[in-house]
Amino acid sequence: MEPLNIVRSTCVPLPAEHVDTDQIIPARFLKATTREGFGDNLFRDWRYHNDGTPKPSFVLNQTQFEGKILVAGKNFGCGSSREHAAWALYDYGFRVVVSSFFADIFRNNALNNGLLPIQLPEAYVQELLAAIERNPSLLAVVDLPQQEFKIEGGQAIKFDINPYKKSCLLQGFDDIDYLISQQDKILEYEQNKI
Amino acid sequence: MSGKTLFDKVWDQHVISEIDNGPSVFYIDRHFIHEVTSPQAFDGLRKRNIRVFRPDQTVATADHNVPTIDQHLPIKDKLSRFQVQKLAENCEEFGIQLYGLGHQYQGIVHVIGPELGITQPGFTIVCGDSHTSTHGAFGAIAFGIGTSEVEQVLATQCVLQRKPKRMKIEVNGPLAKGVLSKDIILYIASKISTSGATGHFIEYTGSAIRALSMEARMTICNMSIEMGARGGMIAPDETTFEYIKGRKFAPKDAEWDQALEKWRQLYTDDDAEFDTSYQFDAADIVPMITYGTNPGMGIKITETVPDSPDNTKALEYMGLTPGELLLGKEVNHVFIGSCTNSRIEDLRLVASLVQGKQKADNVQAMVIPGSKQVEQQAKQEGLDKILEEAGFHLRQPGCSACLGMNEDKVPAGEYCVSTSNRNFEGRQGPGARTILASPLTAAATAITGRITDVRELI
Repeated sequence: MEPLNIVRSTCVPLPAEHVDTDQIIPARFLKATTREGFGDNLFRDWRYHNDGTPKPSFVLNQTQFEGKILVAGKNFGCGSSREHAAWALYDYGFRVVVSSFFADIFRNNALNNGLLPIQLPEAYVQELLAAIERNPSLLAVVDLPQQEFKIEGGQAIKFDINPYKKSCLLQGFDDIDYLISQQDKILEYEQNKI
Repeated sequence: MSGKTLFDKVWDQHVISEIDNGPSVFYIDRHFIHEVTSPQAFDGLRKRNIRVFRPDQTVATADHNVPTIDQHLPIKDKLSRFQVQKLAENCEEFGIQLYGLGHQYQGIVHVIGPELGITQPGFTIVCGDSHTSTHGAFGAIAFGIGTSEVEQVLATQCVLQRKPKRMKIEVNGPLAKGVLSKDIILYIASKISTSGATGHFIEYTGSAIRALSMEARMTICNMSIEMGARGGMIAPDETTFEYIKGRKFAPKDAEWDQALEKWRQLYTDDDAEFDTSYQFDAADIVPMITYGTNPGMGIKITETVPDSPDNTKALEYMGLTPGELLLGKEVNHVFIGSCTNSRIEDLRLVASLVQGKQKADNVQAMVIPGSKQVEQQAKQEGLDKILEEAGFHLRQPGCSACLGMNEDKVPAGEYCVSTSNRNFEGRQGPGARTILASPLTAAATAITGRITDVRELI
């Protein structure tokens, strides 16, 4: 996993609520057996017509919006557990998703792949979405060590992250590295299990 | 000190250690894998040059991406074929039991686990699939995980998890005729919304839940994730024990008696506390359908589409207008299947309704059994003949049109009354419009060709 520390970028606004992982990456694109390349089909059916031509109204097809930070409506990532959703967002180039509410499995999947989910108050996210729409070149700064999000020149807002997960992201460590280091305890547990 | 909930009891038995201010090292008793969310996990093991830690505790099947006709022939779609083949190779290389295509135990992962007796009370069960919550019907802690976590379980038989909050959902009273457990869960989802249980693990209790069969309980727990919950569980009782007894991997003889003794301790103490509680009256529940693009957007079949600014995008996709009555609306597709409603009891209910009747000409009705065993049982009971004579197409086991990964898809713009679990945009195919309902409502709709209140047919 790539470490993540400070991200300074313009933002992409996606005000839709309850964005489920079937929208992020539809099931028919889950046939690959590697983790790469899913970005091409990120938001496939919102982004492209059935014949593969882009839908101009979708934000990823609007050249004024680009960046490493996706700002989305509440309950982002609900539905299927497919980690392909996190892979697709990451592969496309996103490193941070901001929303007022995340689905549990998506949040874990994102954190396990170096994609930072930042939960901020609904009113703040709504203002942020409006500000990006008004000025697409607005720069945001995500400071993971300080757990702060801000629009450059603006007031910083704190966000929560589990201290363990924070240190994993900062160092690029996987959970699996930690679990393997716990093997003795796992064996002991198995022996004592009735 | 207050007592423990069922969830607490099972959770606490499986925590090996806790990271300060962080997640717990959580032991997993049974792990199911399938072709779609496992290949990258096996690649991870190879990269690290490690073996599967407890291959005997993982079971594999091919379900998401398999065709539902001509399963004896090679899979036509090249990518699907490769993915299913990859699963077989990985299972072979790492010593994991595979119930692959053609095997007598193959089927949807959440159907075969219980029917083989692999799913047992008090177990912790995970799978790279959000509907793993199904297994909670047996008093297990069962939840969906991502592929990185699949790799963790393969490597260490553990995942890192933070303990969720506890939610109690109580449903009391007798169910009216024609109302199934699917209606109960669609009703609950409509009340607490698609995100209302996020961060929680649900326990379903109350006399209406207790009265349900294991198949019906599985339908309820299956859709816990549709309210955002990590999972949902039901305390095991005689119904549970009766279901498990004698199944292939169920404990036998003296082990059965020991297991039973242990399982009888799995209940929520009277003085245990929940973080959130809901209470519903079964008398308020009638056949339910969805009108929107998430499973929380449900109404009683006799109600009209709600008028709310939150619905605009969904109604545009669904081609519906506020105030519209869905009852009587023409529908061209009916899908009976998925890990929510593809068990033998579901097929029996459908067959009992359609026996001696004929599906409407405008409808294509597909019935996908949840497993080879369900398919076999249906044939033994003659359900296949009844369905066939009524014009329903009984196919072979798999996830099928629930998620449209294989060729079973609903055409763009068309309506499908579906017994599955998700009505997301494009879930059953690009542009497909899904209306979730119970197997009885789906069967009744297939007969009349219009969305039908099954209570009028029984």
